[in-house]
Amino acid sequence: MLLDVGSLAVMGVTLGAVLGTAAKLLAVPTNPIEDELVELLPGSQCGQCGFVGCSQYAAALAKGNTPITLCAPGGKGTIEALAKKLGVSADTDGHEEKGPEVAFIIEDLCIGCLRCIGECGSDAIVGAPKQLHTVISDACHACGKCFKICPTEAIEMRPIPPTIAGWHWTKPGDHSAHH
Amino acid sequence: MKLFPIMGGIHPDYRKELASEKAIVPMPIPATLYLPLQQHMGAPGITTVEPGTEVKKGQVLARGQGLVSAPVHAPTSGRIAAITEMMAPHPSGLPTMTIILDSDGKDEWGDLPAAIADPFAASAQEIRDRVAVSGIVGLGGATFPSAVKLGLGNQHKLEILVLNGAECEPYLCCDDRVMREHADEVVDGARIMAHALGAPQIIIAVEDNKPQAITALTQAASAFTNVTVASVPVQYPMGAERHLTQALTGRETPARKLTADVGVVVHNVATARAVHQAVRFGRPLLSRVVTVSGGAVAEPKNVEVLLGTRVAELLAFCGGLSKDSRRIISGGPMMGQPLPSLDVPVVKGTSGILALTKAETKENATQPCIRCGSCVSYCPCGLVPVEMAAFIRSEKLEEAAKIGVQDCVSCGSCSYICPSHIPLVHYFNYAKGRIAALDRERRKADQTKALVSAHNARLERAAQAKREAAARAKAQSENPDAGRVNA
Repeated sequence: MLLDVGSLAVMGVTLGAVLGTAAKLLAVPTNPIEDELVELLPGSQCGQCGFVGCSQYAAALAKGNTPITLCAPGGKGTIEALAKKLGVSADTDGHEEKGPEVAFIIEDLCIGCLRCIGECGSDAIVGAPKQLHTVISDACHACGKCFKICPTEAIEMRPIPPTIAGWHWTKPGDHSAHH
Repeated sequence: MKLFPIMGGIHPDYRKELASEKAIVPMPIPATLYLPLQQHMGAPGITTVEPGTEVKKGQVLARGQGLVSAPVHAPTSGRIAAITEMMAPHPSGLPTMTIILDSDGKDEWGDLPAAIADPFAASAQEIRDRVAVSGIVGLGGATFPSAVKLGLGNQHKLEILVLNGAECEPYLCCDDRVMREHADEVVDGARIMAHALGAPQIIIAVEDNKPQAITALTQAASAFTNVTVASVPVQYPMGAERHLTQALTGRETPARKLTADVGVVVHNVATARAVHQAVRFGRPLLSRVVTVSGGAVAEPKNVEVLLGTRVAELLAFCGGLSKDSRRIISGGPMMGQPLPSLDVPVVKGTSGILALTKAETKENATQPCIRCGSCVSYCPCGLVPVEMAAFIRSEKLEEAAKIGVQDCVSCGSCSYICPSHIPLVHYFNYAKGRIAALDRERRKADQTKALVSAHNARLERAAQAKREAAARAKAQSENPDAGRVNA
């Protein structure tokens, strides 16, 4: 009995010491810019950029071989913030911005399965089991995860119509619409 | 009275003679009125009527919501036909919620709040409340709810109420006519407003190209020792509130501060008249005087128009448009906005409807900047338009903001004076709008981040609670006696 305890304790201490030293000696240096980039991204891990989540996209951005225009929920504001942080020009010409959107639940099709609520990273959907769910539009940032998971296709991503309060003059000579 | 110089500014061709000698005429009640819920700065009103409701003249159709808002009243009696989205009198042509009122032709007054018999014995709050429920907003065109502006005395020590009768925009003469024809009402309204503000002194400022208005006001104000009528030089943009304050008092309003911070509050003369009617007779704001002018208008007029009247009907009342009409503008030619259609209503902020011919609109092709510096010497705000425009052209909005694009009042003096016809003020309007839009996007992104981290924290808490519960359950199953003791 004493031998068992003793040998296990010795093994534990030794291996712990080895692992501890190894972690110090073989530490993978994380790029500090990555953390700063993660700060700029929405953080909802929606995966629309093609990476698993925001931190993976940030890591790819830090390496510098990824376009800065992939974050759909972030929109133009995020692109410009990333461009500034990375010191590259915010060339949004090739980037077709689809404009602001919001998730919308078609009440006739919703079965109250809770799956969208489980997906939503910003708590923008309210509902209860077998009860109608609904989207709080102010809290929705259009990551589209609920749209993908909905088993009855009850969720649509709807464009937010431009309002007078959000309207401004276009740049002289620029005939594309800004809202 | 001693005046102080203001910097820059221009002397455009004023063309006021087209309508300035035409006395105010009331327009017959149109069959249908279109009343947007948002005719003011701030939050739109909330409807208090349903389609089909019979309403009386002066009845509230929409009440204000929140701190900065204004109600909408029925300009005449009739029946609500619909409440729907219609094109707004705004250059975007976007829709806005609008109450459609079919007039019954009887023009019957509903119940109005009682007149305040002696406004100078009433409390400031009582006056402000009356102005608020009467739906009065700044009638010079900025449409800021007047009751809110009358509350500035609460946070600031105010010395002077300036009544703005400068009317420095070309063509417009609605304020001139109001001052000439209703000088007593304007002076009375000003005294009531000064009482509500707690400002001991009143200066009514009029540009010296309106001698009849100055005479009428001087006569009306002669009985009151604290009311002065000041004749200010003709210099666009004298009617901008910061510039008027500086011309009258020599006090410069710091950037992003209010004139109230230097002890001055500026209200428009037509607003003062509306306050007079609301306080003395309980009448809400139902109509306004609009200058209909321009080379393409057959008979330029100053018209007392019910709010909600279609611009097309108003123009028809003024003899219609001639064939060479090139552009329809709401407001003055310097700072006014083009209208998307004639099927939009006259609203509280519509000071003028101008139909300009090609000869009047001065459309010239833009040429390269020759760096003459005219825009710099004419900018009344002391900015450097040439540099700001260069930054904005290459989308460097932050740099433009650093050198003050947000302090630009959009008076248009730089665009007017530019020998290369560069649409400078258009660049600044774009930049100001874009900066505000980016700000909104940033706020939205911050909000999303906060929501996401709150969500993650909640999930983590739930997981933690689950682990603890599992540990407790395990402990209990291994040692049931201990569990009982604890329980």
